[in-house]
Amino acid sequence: MTSALWAYARAGFHRYATYRMATAAGAFTNTVFGMARAAILSSAITTSAVTAAGGRVGGYTAAEVVTYAWVGQALIAPVHVFQWTELADRVRTGDIAVDLARPVDLQLSLLAADLGRAAYSLLPRALPPMIVAALTFDLALPGTPLPYLFGLVSTVLAVTISFACRFVVNLAAFWLVEVRGVVGTYVAVSNLLCGLLVPVSWFPPWLDLVARMTPFPSMLQAPLDLITGRAVGPHALTVLATQAAWVAITVILGRVVLAWATRKLVVQGG
Amino acid sequence: MSVIEVERLTREFAVGRRGLGRRRVVRAVDEITFTVHAGESIGYIGANGAGKSTTIKMLTGILTATSGTVRTCGRDPIQHRREVARRVGVVFGQRSQLWWDLPLAESLTILAAIHRLPARHSTARRNELVDRLGLSAFLGRPVRQLSLGERMRGELAAALLHEPELLVLDEPTVGLDVLSKERLRVFLREENQGARGQGRTMLLTTHDMDDVERLCDRLLVVDHGRLVYDGDQAGLVHRVGAHRVLVVDLAEPVPTLEPAVADLGGVTALDSESDGLRHRFAVVPGRVGAAEVLARVGQVAQVRDLSIVEPDIEDVVRRLYERSSPS
Amino acid sequence: MAERHRDDVRPGPLEPYRAIFASRVRSQLAYRTSFVFDLLNSVSFGLLEYLEIYLIFHNVAILGGLDRAESLLVFALARSAFTLADLIAGPLDGIPQHVRAGTVDVLLLRPLPVLAQFVLGDVNLRRLGRLALYAVVMAWALGEVPIAWTPAKVALVPVTLIGGAAIFAAVFVVAGAGQFRLLDGGEFANGFTYGGGYVASFSGQVLPAPVRAFFTAVVPATFTGYLPTLVLLDRDGPAGLPAWLGWFTLPVGVIALAVALLLWRDGLRHYQGGGG
Repeated sequence: MTSALWAYARAGFHRYATYRMATAAGAFTNTVFGMARAAILSSAITTSAVTAAGGRVGGYTAAEVVTYAWVGQALIAPVHVFQWTELADRVRTGDIAVDLARPVDLQLSLLAADLGRAAYSLLPRALPPMIVAALTFDLALPGTPLPYLFGLVSTVLAVTISFACRFVVNLAAFWLVEVRGVVGTYVAVSNLLCGLLVPVSWFPPWLDLVARMTPFPSMLQAPLDLITGRAVGPHALTVLATQAAWVAITVILGRVVLAWATRKLVVQGG
Repeated sequence: MSVIEVERLTREFAVGRRGLGRRRVVRAVDEITFTVHAGESIGYIGANGAGKSTTIKMLTGILTATSGTVRTCGRDPIQHRREVARRVGVVFGQRSQLWWDLPLAESLTILAAIHRLPARHSTARRNELVDRLGLSAFLGRPVRQLSLGERMRGELAAALLHEPELLVLDEPTVGLDVLSKERLRVFLREENQGARGQGRTMLLTTHDMDDVERLCDRLLVVDHGRLVYDGDQAGLVHRVGAHRVLVVDLAEPVPTLEPAVADLGGVTALDSESDGLRHRFAVVPGRVGAAEVLARVGQVAQVRDLSIVEPDIEDVVRRLYERSSPS
Repeated sequence: MAERHRDDVRPGPLEPYRAIFASRVRSQLAYRTSFVFDLLNSVSFGLLEYLEIYLIFHNVAILGGLDRAESLLVFALARSAFTLADLIAGPLDGIPQHVRAGTVDVLLLRPLPVLAQFVLGDVNLRRLGRLALYAVVMAWALGEVPIAWTPAKVALVPVTLIGGAAIFAAVFVVAGAGQFRLLDGGEFANGFTYGGGYVASFSGQVLPAPVRAFFTAVVPATFTGYLPTLVLLDRDGPAGLPAWLGWFTLPVGVIALAVALLLWRDGLRHYQGGGG
């Protein structure tokens, strides 16, 4: 079974290797947005009264928020914060029956493929924006290897959580004819709460509470904080532990819903 | 006035991977010259890759020529693309001009609006086409749900709605079943001959010799981009001896059937195998029918089974090329 | 001579466009549930854009020299213009697919300009959801921000929207034209189109000088919201970006469209030359 999963991972890797141009274009767009967001957020901080008084805005200095913006852009492709309906499409066309008939576990095989995809897109999508960032801005990145190590582990967990969530959302196709509404809402909510627009620590208290009840901060803000060295020592371990917990919750949720869905399929005859 | 005037028309393509330095230039269309007059029905034949579709694209303004001139309905198709579009109707066998998700009826309505046809006239014209092509059964169905035969009839209606001077068809019978092919050919023949003596000029590309036989008065044969024959079918057959092969299996072996068909013009006994159980005849299309040959054979032997092998277009072209190239 | 009956008169030159557009609208509305969902999603994404600004101002009081209401005015103006352009010119996003499928040939066979067919044939009514949101924000901001209204300034608002839409439409058309030449690299355009739209919705002052110059002179994003807002506020822009430029959104849009149309024609000729 593990060799089968490894094959899926490699296939996911290769599939995206053919989209060279699209990857380059994506990296370019990431760079433009990274530049804009870094400029916008750092300007907000620099001209703030709080900074003038020697404090941090929402816990960030200008240099830190610039780093946040760039590393965030570097991560969004591997973590795949965008719309994803591949599974829902297969349910709609009925191709899902073929997938379910295979001896490999559906959720794990798709997860393996997604991790392959993420692994492939990591360097080409993350490196160009970071190089531009390093050349044009003052980045506040850690000088020791440990944060990056933690960051790598955290990224793997983040991709897993992202996949597991997308998996569950796509399963709605078993019950709904039209999943656009659900998927669109999921993308909007997750993008907001994962710390893509502004850092989670910038949220008003009520929104912060809502966010912590969802896996989304663990999808982007968590690896962001670890890579930039924002969360170190015991705090870093807490972040990783929270991510691990969310991995467990979302993956199990996915399995439960899938079992429910397949039972419905069998009962209704597809 | 000539409907199509093509002079030393050439189209080159650069083939090969960009940036590797070595790029080969391929002449898809090579110095082709011909003229088509009003009312003619032309078969533009050649093997796959011979340059047929490329020529059609240059005639209709989709592709520019590398050198030479092309005039469609008296105009340059690139400079006056829209004017040419108003006077030409095109049917692509492989590509649809209809709106995929919409009912066929709606495609026709939109096209009538695109060509700015007056309401009364376009309704009459549309009804006439629906009638003659038998579209009413599936007029309300989305085009993507139509069978290939139904879709081709729809494409024809779409191409003829604005009563173009010239009808161009690119491989229209590919993939159709025998019955659909026949219906299409009957319709096209009617269009070309015209009810009131006013026929529509027709240019048809194909590599199906049956299309040619049924529809075309004049043939243009292309091979590797060059025009290797321009004339009628009889001339072509005479030039290369393109014939159909009738294979007859007998119940009892007969040594030779030659006497049975000796006096029948247009048929030659070729050979026999299995000691006279199977005989082959070369039958010149247009001069004598397979049924007649069969009748003659049936007078002297009992026929158990038969099959007809059509002349292969590649074969015809190859022979033509062999004859025309210096030896 | 009897008067010609209406049914015998040749329809006017706009009839083809009306028919294609009407058909497209009908087919979008036909799938009622999907359309409603798309509309609601469109509102959600508009809300997301708004929330970004809201959350920033939860932590600071000034962004690029503008306060919250002023920033939201820039946001509403620029985003509305972008969405108006996206409504019709958004479909130019899909040119590589059309080239591969051969559908561009079908458009060339019709007696209509190819660009017009692209634009009308794929109108994106879903975007109306976002537009409604921006309209609400704009109405609120215009009331909230202290503006010394003059007749010229009142006229400036709709003129800016039209000019802004023309600017973004021009960017879309240039991106489309580029995709005829650089088939696989078509997605590079997204950096300029969506990136431009994003940058335009914020104060131009936050951008480093070279970036600001690019998004003023090459992709005139600052003309769609920031500069006109400076005019309305009677305020000065940063060095090198005088506020009076904000009066010129419409002329800039017209010039941008003219350039875009030239580039489009060039791109289409390239396709007809066999580069596809």
